[in-house]
Amino acid sequence: MLARKTNPDLSRRNFLVAGVAAGGGMMIGWIPTAEAAVEKAPLVMPDAYIRIDRQGKVTITSPMIEMGQGTYTSLPMLVAEELDVDMASVSVAISPPSDKLYGNPLLGNVQVTGGSTSIRGFYLPLRKTGAAARAMLIAAAAETWGVDPTSLRTEPGFVVDDSAKRRLSYGELADRAAKVPVPSEVKLKDASQFRIIGTPAKRLDVSGKVDGSARYGIDTKMPNMKIATVSASPVFGGKLVSFDEAAAKKIPGVVQVVKLDNALAVVGDHYWAAKKGLEAASPVFDDGPHGSVSTADVVAALAKAAEKPGVVAKNEGNFETAISSVIEKVEATYEAPFLAHAAMEPMNCTVAVTGDGCDIWVGTQIPVWAQQAVAKTLNLKADQVRLHNHLLGGGFGRRLESDGIVQAALIAKQLDFPVKVVWSREEDIQHDMYRPYYYDRFSAGLDAQGMPVAWSHRIVGSSIIARWAPPLFKNGIDPDAVDGAADMPYAIENFHVEYVREEPPGIPTAFWRGVGPTHNVYVIESFVDELAAKAKKDPVEYRRALLQKNPRALHVLNRAAELSNWGQPLGPRQGRGVSVQQAFGTYMSQVAEVTVSQTGEVHVDRVYVVLDTGVVVNPDTVVAQVQSGVIFGISAVLWGEITLSKGRVQQSNFDDYRVMRIDEAPKIEVEIVKSAADPGGIGEPGTSGLAPAVLNAVYAATGVRLRKTPIDSKRLKEAS
Amino acid sequence: MIGFKVNGKEMSVDVPDDMPVLWVLRDVLGMTGTKFGCGIGQCGACTVHVDGEPRRACLTPASDVAGHDVTTIEGIGATPVGKAVQAAWLNLEVIQCGYCQSGQIMSASALIKSNPEPSDSDIDAGMTGNICRCGTYLRIRDAVKEAAKAVAAK
Repeated sequence: MLARKTNPDLSRRNFLVAGVAAGGGMMIGWIPTAEAAVEKAPLVMPDAYIRIDRQGKVTITSPMIEMGQGTYTSLPMLVAEELDVDMASVSVAISPPSDKLYGNPLLGNVQVTGGSTSIRGFYLPLRKTGAAARAMLIAAAAETWGVDPTSLRTEPGFVVDDSAKRRLSYGELADRAAKVPVPSEVKLKDASQFRIIGTPAKRLDVSGKVDGSARYGIDTKMPNMKIATVSASPVFGGKLVSFDEAAAKKIPGVVQVVKLDNALAVVGDHYWAAKKGLEAASPVFDDGPHGSVSTADVVAALAKAAEKPGVVAKNEGNFETAISSVIEKVEATYEAPFLAHAAMEPMNCTVAVTGDGCDIWVGTQIPVWAQQAVAKTLNLKADQVRLHNHLLGGGFGRRLESDGIVQAALIAKQLDFPVKVVWSREEDIQHDMYRPYYYDRFSAGLDAQGMPVAWSHRIVGSSIIARWAPPLFKNGIDPDAVDGAADMPYAIENFHVEYVREEPPGIPTAFWRGVGPTHNVYVIESFVDELAAKAKKDPVEYRRALLQKNPRALHVLNRAAELSNWGQPLGPRQGRGVSVQQAFGTYMSQVAEVTVSQTGEVHVDRVYVVLDTGVVVNPDTVVAQVQSGVIFGISAVLWGEITLSKGRVQQSNFDDYRVMRIDEAPKIEVEIVKSAADPGGIGEPGTSGLAPAVLNAVYAATGVRLRKTPIDSKRLKEAS
Repeated sequence: MIGFKVNGKEMSVDVPDDMPVLWVLRDVLGMTGTKFGCGIGQCGACTVHVDGEPRRACLTPASDVAGHDVTTIEGIGATPVGKAVQAAWLNLEVIQCGYCQSGQIMSASALIKSNPEPSDSDIDAGMTGNICRCGTYLRIRDAVKEAAKAVAAK
């Protein structure tokens, strides 16, 4: 989940295409792939980005899926700004799977929503598409009136001819505009002319979310559809051995029992029958090779792997030479646990296998890959798999995987009717694909002033990229695993980062909110705090000294210190902690204030966040995403942990996989730095910067340095 | 057959007595606004009102609501409090993914109905049973207050 470059431009390999919309009006889209070059724009366009109908209604088919991050508002804002329409005349449609039409320019032109890339990837393409559509509407008006197009201007939804005091609406012009040549060059607005970008816009996805009418994948209803629920082997890699089919079928409403290699599904008239049927079937599994795995085994293997050098991700100066002559050497080891995603909408997928292929109703971050995975599983061509994407009831990286979709297809293949497969929350937690357990070793050398002149960071853990996008796993480096570490904000002369891939036995790993930086910012910002403490310097002062060549990072740090009254006294067992990060094209500093109770419970009282994410599209969404990311991060640092015993995940539901509730939520202040830089991503940094701010605050409050999450309150109790 | 009212309309369903109201609504009556989140009364996504009181539909057997009035997210907008809560939710842009918000709105409506001027701690106590993984809690607090004010002003 790495996206280095920002702002992909309309290069020679990218094409605007336009044509007549089905039912009248115009269509215009931006096709990102080289292959598109050889295709002529069809007369009737598929649902590419923008449709303007004869009433002037603008429909934007969003290339990226909405999962709460506000992309269904912010991407249309980009179009509306340059097209010159009010947001009130814009609506959003869900895109079908197509890399060609909807590929994310930051993610290899694959239709993936993730990694905080939507705004970064589409900032220019969608604006240019909007600007081209506007130019075509102007050209159509100029043709109609027989005037020079440069004499015309637009007002929201209209082309205006001031000299003749006349105007035509976009709706009136749309048919004609569809036939106008697509401009090869378009001029974009200067930021000073923006009237939509940078101004809070009302979300376009929420009206159906207050009255129950919004449809998530789990709300799919099809004629003759039945409901299934499933139990997979509690040990990863285990196989189904036996089950009591007769007992399941005795449950009223049970329709069928479906065997998979590693799981049993019971199909019923409703979920209740399926659930009771599955309990009655009491499936028995063979544990397979991983039936004895425990968390301790995983950690022991990581610790062992951490003893050997890894593959070098970044090397500057000479660490070995520098460390041999330093005044003081500091070493530390950090651990980060497996984490489940626990999105509110449990995993589900509805599938109908028909004579000519199959239909899939699901909410997914990877519609094309899911389509391809089902095609492969069912031996179909990709275009025989019709995937209907939905609003996501939370993604957080979980819906970047197609495991549940493939499983549902395997179940549906055995049925003569559509089936909605719904996982119980227990299945969702115990068969998640987990944020990897990471094990990090640091070694640093300080000079006479206590500043680091040598830095070595060895990252040990599972590679998600090697499984998820194998071509990006090059020379033994997982670019996600080192993201935020190899490119950390501080300048240190002798700098060495390496990666050791160590896969946990059988345990599936996957992206989790904040991806690479959630782990790396946690360990780096904790270790920098340790260095500051060793140097007996204030953590903010210490970081300032290391950021002299990084003005954007320095600025957010300074503002966060001011906003949080850094240095002002707090009560007993209270403390402030700071973090700085540059990740996802965003600079962010967080200051957390915590209170540690006598029994060692940590309460996060306040979090101050200052961010510079370049040009801001929808400021209210930026604030919302930061609030969201911070709270997601607090759940993890205080309580988040998936553990294994005898190969089985020990947590199962919200009673033992604790997440933050409203009465525990801190006050959060967010300040956005005004910036004209390229837009950055904002879905993830709130989470990735939170844990170290809290852990450093706990240190300030108690003097206890925690090098493992979640926080072990027993250690903080002992300190009192 | 079990008979009860849903959003004022008489319904009659042929389901097992122990079948939770959540699945009666979603899978039998096709009313999918009420959400499945945990199945054990931990997350509140399935919150409905039974005779005006908030209940976890995932733990409420169908037989329990026989002869009673069930209100769901599809019907709460017809009540003055529910309408005010929906409006505040939209006005303050509470919602992100939105999956938990049916339950949040049902809990908030019940809270304001029983306590027309909830304090921060009343809101925390009244809403703590509803988990939101998008972390919209700060805006929920503000929106509950705004809705309560709107109701009081009527």
